[in-house]
Amino acid sequence: METTITRPLSQVAEGQTVNIIRIDGGRGLRVRLTTMGLLPNTQVTVIHNGRSGPFVISVKNSKMALGRGVVDKIMVS
Amino acid sequence: MTDSKLKKITVALAGNPNSGKTSVFNMLTGASHHVANYPGTTVETVQGTCTHGDFRIVFVDLPGAYGLTAFSAEELVARNFIIDEKPDIVVNVIDTSNIERNLYLTTQLIELGVPLVLAFNMSDVAEQRGIVFDTARLSELLEAPIVPTVASKTKGRIALLDAIVAVANASRKPRTHRITYSDEIENTLNQIEPLVRSEQPALAVKYGSHWVALKLIEQDSDIIAKIKDSRLIDVVSDAVAKLKTIFRDDPEVIIAERRYGFISGACQESVKTTVELTHTTSDLADAVLTHRVFGLPIFLLMMYLVFYLTFSIAAYPMAWLEQFFGWLSSSLAFIWPAHAGSWMRSLTIDGVIPGVGGVLVFLPNILILFLAIAILEDSGYMARAAFIMDKLMHKIGLHGKSFIPMLIGFGCSVPAIMATRILENKRNRLTTIMILPLMSCGARLTIYGLLIPAFFPKNWRGPVLWLIYLTGIVLAVIAAKVLRLTVFRGDTTDFVMELPPYRVPTFKSLSTHTWMRCLMYLKKAGTIILAFSIILWAAMNYPRVSDQSVAGLSSDQIRQAQLANSVVGRVGQAIEPAIKPLGFDWKIGTALIGATAAKELFVSQLGIIYAVSSHDDSSATTLRQHLQADYSPLVGFCIMLFCLISSPCLATVAITRSETSSWFWAAFQFVSLTVLAYIITFAVYQIGSLIMAL
Repeated sequence: METTITRPLSQVAEGQTVNIIRIDGGRGLRVRLTTMGLLPNTQVTVIHNGRSGPFVISVKNSKMALGRGVVDKIMVS
Repeated sequence: MTDSKLKKITVALAGNPNSGKTSVFNMLTGASHHVANYPGTTVETVQGTCTHGDFRIVFVDLPGAYGLTAFSAEELVARNFIIDEKPDIVVNVIDTSNIERNLYLTTQLIELGVPLVLAFNMSDVAEQRGIVFDTARLSELLEAPIVPTVASKTKGRIALLDAIVAVANASRKPRTHRITYSDEIENTLNQIEPLVRSEQPALAVKYGSHWVALKLIEQDSDIIAKIKDSRLIDVVSDAVAKLKTIFRDDPEVIIAERRYGFISGACQESVKTTVELTHTTSDLADAVLTHRVFGLPIFLLMMYLVFYLTFSIAAYPMAWLEQFFGWLSSSLAFIWPAHAGSWMRSLTIDGVIPGVGGVLVFLPNILILFLAIAILEDSGYMARAAFIMDKLMHKIGLHGKSFIPMLIGFGCSVPAIMATRILENKRNRLTTIMILPLMSCGARLTIYGLLIPAFFPKNWRGPVLWLIYLTGIVLAVIAAKVLRLTVFRGDTTDFVMELPPYRVPTFKSLSTHTWMRCLMYLKKAGTIILAFSIILWAAMNYPRVSDQSVAGLSSDQIRQAQLANSVVGRVGQAIEPAIKPLGFDWKIGTALIGATAAKELFVSQLGIIYAVSSHDDSSATTLRQHLQADYSPLVGFCIMLFCLISSPCLATVAITRSETSSWFWAAFQFVSLTVLAYIITFAVYQIGSLIMAL
């Protein structure tokens, strides 16, 4: 179905806008992300992707910082 | 009360963190605040009142929440308050510049079926960003009145109050439409709803059968726990499993997706963005403040400023307070003749006045610290600070924000423990509170100041002091890690945090926050600290020595005899066998017990034991000579080590008790730190003695 490959958000370069495909990980994390607006079929823009430490994205007009452990679990394309 | 004719209504304020909910609350209620606990929880609520038209309106500020799931303590508190306390109206504060995400909470409030008023806050920011609303259309879709507000500039207050009164006066009519889900979910809802009504009639009445059914499909742990009926649970888990195979995802994600779908549908019809959205100023500020090279130094500078303000500026009013209470004690001692009712006099002069002083002396610290924290939070920097420190703090299982209380802990544990309020997660907060006393506080510096020059040559003094502080930090790190792996285990360290746009804090919000904290400290911790001080006073002064036995002794010697004869002195002597393996004798034991009131008392206690007059400047030197004669440098080091780790002072115990609302955690902290101190000091003394013997 997808033409572009699915990869974790952590591998997206700064400035790129991608679409969330699914979120792996525990229910607690998924519900939390979902409530905050990070759910499948949502566009997110990577604002800051340092090699380590938290990661900044823009989603639905707000900025969010995500830990490394989290961005590895968000699958995008 | 004269306003008995007024009709009373209760209004709960709900909204996302950073939506300006507290500003709206302040705008509505002015200065009439009071703090209470949410029923059945330890979470504090702020309430305020205001009179409008024929109504006396009580506002309850609910914790900031993104949704109403059972996964977050704050969200659950907000939800239970709405369900259990049945406020007449819920005002949902929405950050208009970030509408879609903010409306998610609204969809959940709609599903709860509460009468809603929407406050579209920060409407000026939205206007600047070129966002235009068709409020009439949006209000129709959400079936709730919408009032634009700019709470920081007190705009929209009357309109909001009018809307609240109008909804309160109107008869409640059921919603004409609700959010509809995909056919599979709707079918499941239709299957479960009748079962909820027949099997759990009480729940169905209280929560509404549709809502219970929806929560069951969402696998809401709080609702599932309330259902004792296994048949219903079985039906639900079968249905959920079926939905999972259909959607290849958890039903709650599908449901959330649909809610967002509803929101974006509503927004498409009624919200127009004329200007392409840019975060310019905030982005620019972030480029500097969270820069990978400059971010950390800027953060450390900010923290240094907070630390400096809290302890250097506060040192002046603190010294005035200390002087004032010292003056009060001594002038009272002068006016009140010693023979007239001796114990009353002693209780007042040595017990109550220093006790009250001991409570008030922290107030300047707390005031300045919370002002600084309020500025950091309101400006939006706090979220960035957490972001910068998270990588490091994450390694020891703590949140980035834990760094701030830990730093404050080097000054004093009392404000530091209060500062843990910035941590939303309970386990993170408890872990931070438990380890905070290991951050060597300012009061302990007076102990090191006495002992280090007594036992160590000049060029050793710096390194020894450094070693003591470092030991505290290393132990704190290890303790945090151990606690997070054992007592406070849990998958909660995933870092997800909104970075709110930078804002200029308003004076009103800063002063309200700071004032509330000071009041809370005086009310909750102050009383415990005072009670402890009086108990300790009694333990150090009773039983009295008889006048004959001290006849002919100097006043310093009388004080020495009195302390040795008191409960504290006797306990000190009784525990001597237990502390002998640490290299301590009864004198140190007595001083250590006396020092539980406040660490700096260790020095004055030793002074009394050695009958060194505390009134002249040479007393420290004299005391050092006594100590040198009695103990080896190893014992001196062990004393410092024990003071560093052991039993936090009574003020810390009191604040831990009031902040955790549990004597258990206060006792846990006290006992475990004392045991830890014993083990470590024991090991150091025994190994040290072996090495010395070689």
